[in-house]
Amino acid sequence: MPTLTIREAIRLGLDEALETDPSVFLMGEDIGTYGGAYAVTAGLLEKYGPDRVRDTPISEAAFIGAGVGAAAGGLRPIVELMSMSFALVGFDQIVNMAANLRYMSGGQIKAPMVIRAPTGAGMQLAATHSQSFETWLAEVPGLRVVAPSTPYDALGLLRSSIKEDNPVIYAESAGLYGASGETPAEYYEVPIGSAKVCRSGDDATLISYGHGMPILYESAEILAARGVSAEVIDLRSLSPIDTGVLVDSVQKTGRVLALDTARRSGGIMAEVTATLQEQTSDWLDGPVVRIGAKCAPWPYNREMEQGSLPDAQDVTGMLSATYDL
Amino acid sequence: MEIQRYVPTQLRPARQMRADLQQIEQASSLDGVGELRSVGEVSLYGPGEKAELLDLYRQMYLIRRFEEACAENYSKGNIRGFLHLYIGQEAVAVGVMSVLRPGDYVVTHYRDHGHALARGVDTNRAMAELFGRKTGLSKGKGGSMHLFDASKRFMGGHAIVGGQLPLAAGLSLSCTYKGTDDIAIVFFGDGAVNQGTFHETMNLAAVWKLPLLFFLENNFYGMGSAIGKVRAGGTDFYPMAESYGIESVLVDGMNVLEVREVMANAVGKMRAGGGPQFIEAKTFRYVGHSMADPARYRDDSELAEWMEKDPLKTFPSLLLARGAAVESDLEAQRESVHQEVSAAVRFSEGSAKPSPHEIFDDVYA
Ligand SMILES: Cc1ncc(C[n+]2csc(CCOP(=O)(O)OP(=O)(O)O)c2C)c(N)n1
Ligand SMILES: [Mg+2]
Repeated sequence: MPTLTIREAIRLGLDEALETDPSVFLMGEDIGTYGGAYAVTAGLLEKYGPDRVRDTPISEAAFIGAGVGAAAGGLRPIVELMSMSFALVGFDQIVNMAANLRYMSGGQIKAPMVIRAPTGAGMQLAATHSQSFETWLAEVPGLRVVAPSTPYDALGLLRSSIKEDNPVIYAESAGLYGASGETPAEYYEVPIGSAKVCRSGDDATLISYGHGMPILYESAEILAARGVSAEVIDLRSLSPIDTGVLVDSVQKTGRVLALDTARRSGGIMAEVTATLQEQTSDWLDGPVVRIGAKCAPWPYNREMEQGSLPDAQDVTGMLSATYDL
Repeated sequence: MEIQRYVPTQLRPARQMRADLQQIEQASSLDGVGELRSVGEVSLYGPGEKAELLDLYRQMYLIRRFEEACAENYSKGNIRGFLHLYIGQEAVAVGVMSVLRPGDYVVTHYRDHGHALARGVDTNRAMAELFGRKTGLSKGKGGSMHLFDASKRFMGGHAIVGGQLPLAAGLSLSCTYKGTDDIAIVFFGDGAVNQGTFHETMNLAAVWKLPLLFFLENNFYGMGSAIGKVRAGGTDFYPMAESYGIESVLVDGMNVLEVREVMANAVGKMRAGGGPQFIEAKTFRYVGHSMADPARYRDDSELAEWMEKDPLKTFPSLLLARGAAVESDLEAQRESVHQEVSAAVRFSEGSAKPSPHEIFDDVYA
């Protein structure tokens, strides 16, 4: 099996879609000549030309909205944002337009588009460039929201997202672009709305997505050394959430910790843990545990930023405090 | 609406200046040196102002040296995140700030070190911010893209392209609302003009006659995008101000004295209640957009052409040629800048890091 980085897996998915589907085109700031702020689209302009790999002005509202329109007009645009934080400039277009169009028109119009954006903190980009608005967008009916943490899922989810008839927010953990892993040469898809059990265990269920996953793997190792076997689940999809897989796991382990690398309050893990409390309370050995980043804007200073992000010590500490594990 | 065309009396009209820009002669705009001239309350340059001229040189050199030190410390890992350098554009910030008063508000984007230094923020605290130290301007929380010094009315350092423009409009509103003749100036790049906030703010400032100076630093690229690729209407922006009824002028951003002169004109009118003004300076950043950008999208020859107009070469030669300074004056300025920047690096290295519990400080007032 070929080994790819997440960056390469996404590029492969884009390349393949451009190759096979003439209604697919890419647009975004500096994705062509410059090759993309994170070099995801490098080489695609040369291969497909400026009609299909379109550099945009710095006008997020206009080009996100134009993506919605192009999708309504029968195309399948893939829009790149340089950062999930910049989605704010185009939020009206994403929420009021892309998400609502189908419903407001009584099902007459659809907007099959993908909005890709690097997300998350950890690179000392400070308050305006480190936010994870996929968790906000996951609440909006009409949108799908996915967030891969491995090259395998990056490619599989991108394929499904491009085929999807609803607008999809495809959140790319900026810190994971270089992460590598095996990616089958044969065609496969990862369906939207499916979580994945990445490591099975009996004593506790650990849930996260994106760059929360490496923290969970590290935590599971620490726990294993203590004789605690943790089940690790990657949400992969924030909307819809694969409740079934989560419920099954918690019914087995009786303990759950959900970790978010975005701010803890009002985050996606509030939704996850509330759902599990509703559906698995009879199986739980104690309260559901939710940890996340500190509820402050992202600081620039490295130690503060790292201190704001949850880590494996927080995970294992909370598990022992809550469940005596 | 009848549009008042801006025909400055002491300046060459903008369109003429544009032609000049195409073949800049070193001395063209410097004819005034040696005779005392002033615009409104600002005296521009003259024989009695040797110290002031030398100071313009010193400030430009300070920015250059500060930015070089930033690049060095980025490679060493002392500075991280996104770092955008101002090298090449020094004459703009220095010319602009030399005309402002302490009560005026300054707002800018993420390429903000030059503006901050020219506004007079403490060099040590600016560098310490980039090092993420507690002694930094924003206590290590903002970093390179988010420098602030409210005591200097330097109101940031904003890293969302176009996000700073409405803020500046509100600051200028606060000036007239309180009955002062202070103004606000907002810096932005050629790329920011494509954001809705630019157009919305131009309109708002014009409708409300706000004392807001729109200062466009046209360095011909927004990240890797040459203007021609992303903007309809060519590489001149100042004519678009007319459609909002805002007076505009183009200036050579490599020439600190010309920047000073158009600023003095514009600011004088604004203080007198004339409403917003728009200045476009043509300039160039010598280095990549940020430390991550090797700038492969542009030709070395383009850079070389601009470097011939380097304000740190042309301005000192002018001072020497006009007898406003001798070589040892310049050398003394450079020496003091080197010391200032080295001291700032040492100060930053020696400063404490913020402690992790400070993360919740300053979330709320
Ligand atoms: C809303 C938003 N979109 C994109 C970016 C990424 N970005 C930062 S600077 C920049 C280019 C801006 O160019 P310009 O306005 O010409 O200023 P310059 O960097 O040339 O000084 C881009 C695309 C951003 N910070 N904010
Ligand atoms: Mg620019």
